[in-house]
Amino acid sequence: MNLSRFTRAGSAVAVGVLALSLAACGSDPEPEGNASDTDAPGSSETNSGEEMGSISGTLSGGGASSQEAAMNAWRAGFQQANPDATVNYDPVGSGGGRTGFGDGSYAFAGSDAALDEDEIAAAEAQCGEGGVIEFPGYVSPVAVAFNLDGVDSLNMSPETIANVFLGEITSWDDEAIAADNPDVELPGTTITVVHRSDESGTTENFEEYLHTVAPDIWTAEPSGVWPVDGQESAQGTSGVVGAAQAGQGTITYADASQVGGLGTVAVGVGGEFVPYSAEAAAEVVAQSPRTEGTSDYVYTIELERDIAGTYPIVLVSYSLACTSYPDEETAELVKGFLGYVVSEEGQQASADAAGAAPLSDTIREAILPGIESISAG
Amino acid sequence: MSITDSPPRAGTRTARRRRSSDRGFNRGFRWIAVGAGVLILVVLAAVALFLLWQAWPALTAGGDELAAEVPRFPADTSFLGYVGPLVFGTLLAAVLALCLAVPVAIGIALFISHYSPRRLSQVLGYLVDLLAAIPSVVYGLWGFLVLAPVLTPFWLWLNENLSWIPLYGGQASTTGRAMATVGVVLAVMILPIITAVSREVFLQTPKLHEEAALALGATRWEVVRTAVLPFGRSGVISAAMLGLGRALGETMAVLMIISPGFSYSLDILAAGQHQTIAAYIAADFPESTGLGINTLIAAGLVLFVITLAVNMTARWIVARRKEFSGAN
Amino acid sequence: MSAATASTTTSDATERTRALLTTADSGRRRTDRAMQVLIWCAFALAMVPLVWLLWTVTTEGIGRMSIDFLTLSTRNIFGGDPGGGIYHAIMGTLIITGIAAAISVPVGILTAIYLVEYGKGWLARSVTFFVDVMTGIPSIVAGLFAFSLFALFLGPSAQMGMMGAVALSVLMIPVVVRSCEEMLKLVPNELREASYALGVPKWLTIVKVVLRTSVAGLTTGVLLSVARVIGETAPLLVTVGVTDSINFNPFDGRMMTLPVFSYRQYHQGYAPCPAGESASCVADIAFQNAWGAALVLIGIVLLLNLVGRLVNRWFSPKLR
Repeated sequence: MNLSRFTRAGSAVAVGVLALSLAACGSDPEPEGNASDTDAPGSSETNSGEEMGSISGTLSGGGASSQEAAMNAWRAGFQQANPDATVNYDPVGSGGGRTGFGDGSYAFAGSDAALDEDEIAAAEAQCGEGGVIEFPGYVSPVAVAFNLDGVDSLNMSPETIANVFLGEITSWDDEAIAADNPDVELPGTTITVVHRSDESGTTENFEEYLHTVAPDIWTAEPSGVWPVDGQESAQGTSGVVGAAQAGQGTITYADASQVGGLGTVAVGVGGEFVPYSAEAAAEVVAQSPRTEGTSDYVYTIELERDIAGTYPIVLVSYSLACTSYPDEETAELVKGFLGYVVSEEGQQASADAAGAAPLSDTIREAILPGIESISAG
Repeated sequence: MSITDSPPRAGTRTARRRRSSDRGFNRGFRWIAVGAGVLILVVLAAVALFLLWQAWPALTAGGDELAAEVPRFPADTSFLGYVGPLVFGTLLAAVLALCLAVPVAIGIALFISHYSPRRLSQVLGYLVDLLAAIPSVVYGLWGFLVLAPVLTPFWLWLNENLSWIPLYGGQASTTGRAMATVGVVLAVMILPIITAVSREVFLQTPKLHEEAALALGATRWEVVRTAVLPFGRSGVISAAMLGLGRALGETMAVLMIISPGFSYSLDILAAGQHQTIAAYIAADFPESTGLGINTLIAAGLVLFVITLAVNMTARWIVARRKEFSGAN
Repeated sequence: MSAATASTTTSDATERTRALLTTADSGRRRTDRAMQVLIWCAFALAMVPLVWLLWTVTTEGIGRMSIDFLTLSTRNIFGGDPGGGIYHAIMGTLIITGIAAAISVPVGILTAIYLVEYGKGWLARSVTFFVDVMTGIPSIVAGLFAFSLFALFLGPSAQMGMMGAVALSVLMIPVVVRSCEEMLKLVPNELREASYALGVPKWLTIVKVVLRTSVAGLTTGVLLSVARVIGETAPLLVTVGVTDSINFNPFDGRMMTLPVFSYRQYHQGYAPCPAGESASCVADIAFQNAWGAALVLIGIVLLLNLVGRLVNRWFSPKLR
């Protein structure tokens, strides 16, 4: 029981406290530090540019996790231009986003599927009659990617793709694949299909594609959950890409921007094979018709999966907002933020960060009036 | 788990009889202490009650309603049919880990208690305990990015040459993200607890028994076999059950490694066959709403009941053993 | 006992006995040797993953270590941007674990006092039993419990640091009770009796003598139990959520923590770098971040373990 023991213990505590207080001098990164390219958003031809820099407050949105990477870029770009503003986005899934938007806990939301009539009605209860804004803010090409030694690109018809993912075609040198790829020497490796294990808009979209282009083969109704049992799967885009890279003869579908070193499939569409490219993906959105019979500010599209020369597997993810908000601050934030999202630099930011296909000018023209109309009251 | 002798109970009892002048303080302090003990019981009860309360909507909803609201809920089944494969996967992972871990853990425990140099034994014990200190998310990172690629060729070989053994059948995963890999990682994770408990028991072997064996000319291994192991048997069993409890509830490592599926398959080398309850909850929770959350909590309740049963059995064995281990 | 029963007719009894003994001995000695090797191997086998894991985490994570990494958050950092750091996660981990410790330590120590100094009868037995059972609660279940508890008051979309702290407390309390109980039992009765003999009341004896004597052991117990829960991921994933900004307020909004940060970064995967690899875009930055956070986390855990053991070794009274 000698006293020095306690003074020694005391000094140990003091050292700990000191270490903690030293650690307590961290901060959020300085805006100037690493954002020189997005720091000067004042290009005056975009409508949003003029309002930048003056907006403050906190804005909360949530929804589709597919938008997360793009949303990070948008939030960063917007927050750097408006240092007093903070935008939060909860990647809670499309369903959670629509629910949160409907009960008012999210001022804006992201959804991988366009709202159906019931959902529009629910949203209008929150926003007021005709007050819902919906537009395809994030268009992401989905690549069919594979890991096969020495093969970078393969041609596959929609039927072949469906059969491969169903597990009907089990070997890479199957005749169906060989017929479309006369110049490629295909190994006899077994095909391992890797799909998303979590519920995802990417999965739903890919299923929808297969169901549309090969309805006889892919009979399962599209949902966010993969319908084939007993296949390899992984969590999230990174998970499937990682798993595909780890195995030989694997094939998967993933956000095109993230497939890294994997080979990609040139998809058969309208009688030719179109390899993935952001331009070809943007083209399918530009050429698909707008859904008819919706209110002015609801811009949804009917995706056409067989327009020649376009890349048909794209995930169209929508942004939701209201035309009026109870308070001035939220209205300003939503208006400014969504204005930035659809602006050229906003779309470029998401293209760089998430490999999104930028919106065409025509679509932007059609969307902007809705965003412009956002006001308080 | 720390090393100690039996408690100095006798003295406490004599102390208890004494009366002291300031009864108020004494009583107050006593009640605070008792309150803390009771609080723990209350917390445990609260865990069960709150889970049950949140799980209730899912437990009472019909299969059709759940199928409509909850993603991945198969059509035409009840809640039991839905949670069944998850329970199977959970048990399979835990049992697999146990089979791999127990022999090694007994070896380590014997090493520390009877084979290692005396001075080092405590430090070596700490080293093994460090395995328990490593966060499970790190095990997940390591298991997926480092271990799985290393194990894959071995699994493929097993699949190719020994596929007549039911466990090694099916189509082996080419990425190593199968139940077998999970089993190995879980085994590493539960080694420390099995080792720690077994070590305690082995150290309690009556010295007289060991010395008697030595006097009969037994070698060191014979001492272990004839004196230490029989004495420690029930302790090892309960240690294994504690390890089982740990393995049942492990989340992150499973979540990050396994390629999930929902079936009653025994093919531990194949991908997309199994999923554990804990990993399933962690994977789906962030994107669930409404009844989906209730369903996940109901699955959590099932896990809670299973682990509770396993742990209670283990503790009961330990407690029963304590009563007649007065051989020291 | 061994295979040396094959004795037939030998002329000399002594010779026979000697032969029997020596052959038996060599057989037994071989078994003994073999088992010794096996048992050494078992220990070596356990060390393989430990060393391998620590080595991997160190080599993969050391590259990210810098002042910036430790003092910046990831606010406004996205894609392959190699800027930003884990400051918000470190702070979140410290705050949440700190609160969890603030809840668990008093409850745990008081329960240990109850069990050692007062406990007898069915209540003490059931507390002991259920504390043991509680050590086996799966961490995700603790997270679900905290979620359900707070959902009662705040609705199902609540996420904040406090919820994580409650979940961690559920996991931490039994560990604190167990280790503190052991430490209190080590205090020799002579000390208590001497105190009573001087007329010191029981509660004062506990506070001034028992706790005083075992303070080093209690510190060790607390540090080790903190080390046990600081790496928990699953309960925080369902209660605290994620954020990329610094949040010091455990009662409002999401917080980032080190294990969750590591998991999220791993989950994020490769970043697209349109212009190829460059100083401003590193494709595998998320994995580097994940390993970096893992290294910091392991560093904290090992430090807690080391300090805990050393405190006990240096400061505890030499009783035995």
